[in-house]
Amino acid sequence: MSETKAARTGSGEKKGDILVVLEKQTSGGVSIEATSTVEALFGEQIRERAGETLRELGIEHAHLVAEDNGAYDYVIMARIEAAARRLWDVAEPGCPPARKVPVASPVRDRLRRTRLYMPGNDPNLMFGGGRYGADTVILDLEDSVAPAQKDAARVLVRNTLLSVDYAGAERIVRINPLSTEYGAADIRMIVPAGPDTILIPKCDCAGDVAAVEEIVARVEAEHGIAEPRLLMPLIETARGVLNAAEIAAASDRVCALCFGAEDFTADLGVERTREGTESFVARSLIVLGAKAAGVQAIDTVYSAFKDTEGLVESTREAMMLGFEGKGVIHPSQIEPIHEVFRPTPERIEYAKSVVAAIEEARAKGSGVATIKSKMIDRPIEMRARKILRLAGALGLLDEGDAG
Amino acid sequence: MVRNAAGRMIPEEIDGRRLRPFAGAHADRGGGRKAAPPVRAVADYGNKLRASLDEAIEACNLADGATVSFHHHLRNGDGLVNMVVDRLAARGLRNLTLAPSALFPVHEPLVGHVESGVISHIEGSMNGPVGEACSLGKMSRCCILRSHGGRYRAIQDGDIHVDAAFIAAPQADEHGNVNGLDGPSACGVVSYGLADSLYAENVVVVTDNLVPFPNYPWPIMGGNVDHVCTVDRLGDPEQIISGTTRITRSPTRLMIAKYAAAFVDAIGIMEEPAFSFQAGAGGISLAFIKYLADIMRRKGLRADFARGGSNKYMVEMLEEGLIGWILDGQCFDLDGVRSLRENPRHVETSPFTSYCYHTKGCFATRVKAAVLGATEIDVDFNVNVNTHSDGWLLHGIGGFQDVCDAGITIVTAPVVRGRVPTIVDEVVSITTPGETIDVVVTEYGIAVNPARGDILDRLKGSALPLKTIGELHEIAIGITGKPRKPTFGDRVVCLVEYRDGTVIDAVRQLVP
Repeated sequence: MSETKAARTGSGEKKGDILVVLEKQTSGGVSIEATSTVEALFGEQIRERAGETLRELGIEHAHLVAEDNGAYDYVIMARIEAAARRLWDVAEPGCPPARKVPVASPVRDRLRRTRLYMPGNDPNLMFGGGRYGADTVILDLEDSVAPAQKDAARVLVRNTLLSVDYAGAERIVRINPLSTEYGAADIRMIVPAGPDTILIPKCDCAGDVAAVEEIVARVEAEHGIAEPRLLMPLIETARGVLNAAEIAAASDRVCALCFGAEDFTADLGVERTREGTESFVARSLIVLGAKAAGVQAIDTVYSAFKDTEGLVESTREAMMLGFEGKGVIHPSQIEPIHEVFRPTPERIEYAKSVVAAIEEARAKGSGVATIKSKMIDRPIEMRARKILRLAGALGLLDEGDAG
Repeated sequence: MVRNAAGRMIPEEIDGRRLRPFAGAHADRGGGRKAAPPVRAVADYGNKLRASLDEAIEACNLADGATVSFHHHLRNGDGLVNMVVDRLAARGLRNLTLAPSALFPVHEPLVGHVESGVISHIEGSMNGPVGEACSLGKMSRCCILRSHGGRYRAIQDGDIHVDAAFIAAPQADEHGNVNGLDGPSACGVVSYGLADSLYAENVVVVTDNLVPFPNYPWPIMGGNVDHVCTVDRLGDPEQIISGTTRITRSPTRLMIAKYAAAFVDAIGIMEEPAFSFQAGAGGISLAFIKYLADIMRRKGLRADFARGGSNKYMVEMLEEGLIGWILDGQCFDLDGVRSLRENPRHVETSPFTSYCYHTKGCFATRVKAAVLGATEIDVDFNVNVNTHSDGWLLHGIGGFQDVCDAGITIVTAPVVRGRVPTIVDEVVSITTPGETIDVVVTEYGIAVNPARGDILDRLKGSALPLKTIGELHEIAIGITGKPRKPTFGDRVVCLVEYRDGTVIDAVRQLVP
């Protein structure tokens, strides 16, 4: 039981957030004082929801002061619950909002051209993130969240997963490393909310994957989640790079390896350059490790988000190295990246002719197909089919074009 | 009270004036005769230059209950309105009708003049603090909101008689010829003051930049002006060209702008002859202009003209040859002012040529696609730009009702703003009837007014995210929860006049 008497969570200044100051009392019941930018339209609803939340958390005596800046109900509930957890031992499951978004059915092999990072303690950014067309979104509990707010972000991310529709994007949560005091608690609170995938930061070896998998599996079993959540190791150290192959093969749940250049260059003690020479070998090793295990490889973020030319160049290079996607820190980066990964009509036509020639040859019982007297071998066929799969996923094929 | 064609309860009479209820967007067919200003003779107009603003005011012989008018091209940098009203108050005048084409936060001191009885009410437009004072019932008479075109019409038709028009003139000669092209208060276009100059009992030109005769061009003509006087400064130059001149960086708003441009592209009107467009100065509108330019460049297309609100992006299009003309109603930035000064294809227009309903045709009807922002849109496509969802009167109409005469009227808005739903079951007050709104573009999808089957036909097979307006409303409420309605009292504090002079809505006093 905590000795603390009062707790503050959230912010009254940030749009879409609410500042909650919760005071522990020994008697007198629950009292609520709330101001809101939307007082006339939602003031009463906010006070009602705050009262309900405290009741469901089993809190009998408390004084709550709130300064609302247009927060949605699930944000209000998250802020109050996080404050309450600092003052009382709150029994699980706490007070999650009614589930609006179903538990995801994770898809291992899916489009991951872009993965948009969103700070896990910013309700407004996390709310908007699903609309910009990123293939995957990352609700981040790690680097973008200050240590003092880790607990508040965790509750907010859980409530966000239950409430916000990410329009078909893969929902990934980046947890804190298990080596910190936060990692295991992150998994326990997040997994029941049913994200698709857990992003494991600073993943150095197969053991790091196994340790996360063990806790994830246990929480899934406890909450009756039948389909295993996927794991996405983020490799951002020299050691992790050298172990890429074993990390990729560490579990059936691993769907992709990601590269994190910021921490990697820090680990090497060098500056990160626009050209990325310092990480060239590392990126290649990650691609090799991923492909050897039959999983995807996804490149790091391009930090200078106003430099679209640099982004496009960097994405082209990533694609040439074998990466299937890139990290994204601003929605404006999504379209340029998708543009790079979009197969050109010429490539689609060529791929179609390859597949058609092979199928024709097979129909005739011949093992050898040719186009313009050039033999089509197995790698050419596989590459063509991959292009058609991507084109199909992007809606670039007419009906009847087989992949 | 009677129910008008927009379904709103309207008083039959207010402050002794019979009201005409709104009967449909184009039901009115005019009639009657225009108002006429007094006939004067050259013999009385030797030297119009007055020694001071006070002398000019003195020469107007104003009495209690007079109507004084202003244009708003100096926007939030305007110093003249406060200057003049302070002097009128000092002269002991009371119960004045203030008839500005718009007010801004800088005009907050007017609230004191309302409270002390110097100003009885406002006809034209209110913003910010003055609108709040109206909502709280502080005006002794009922205010009237009019669009830019509606204000021109009201003065032209004699619905409002201006006793003294004070015309802030960035550049003037002593004959009273005015333009806004140069000087410390340069604002480009000045034509919101045109009706005032033509029909007012007394016309006073106030300038901080007196130049030798002839000051050409003369959108405000000296032949209509009684008095000219100078002041040190008309206002704060930093704030004069303060319009929302930067493209939004909000990803949501950019997405809405992109959808709007993609919509205009998808319906194929850009390829048709005589394509033209209008877009305002808000963040979404500017981004729309930029995206539209990208499409035109890619496809090698060109617009005959753009109606503005001119701004940097529109000027760039003109200079690049993507548009043939800018027909400008106000300049939102210095690029607009420079272009108007230098480019013969950048032309000053007025609410008479562009917007007025009682004319023999206005430019708005020649615009093929117009993009506008809104505070609220309801499931019948009615639009509100005057009151916030919590009931406060905070904005004027601008050109909204007038622009809706365009071939296709596109309203852009995010589905939710700071937890407040934008797509609602019923707007708090109506500015423009749904029959004049063709398309609503949001970040969650595009809703076409079912009355526009022709647009829906053109969109068949399009990949755009089409939704019904009801679906957009459901999405909004699904996100925010159902809001309570604001509580109004019985007293009507403000009429929302439609551009033809009928009353489309009556706003009640707020009970906060």
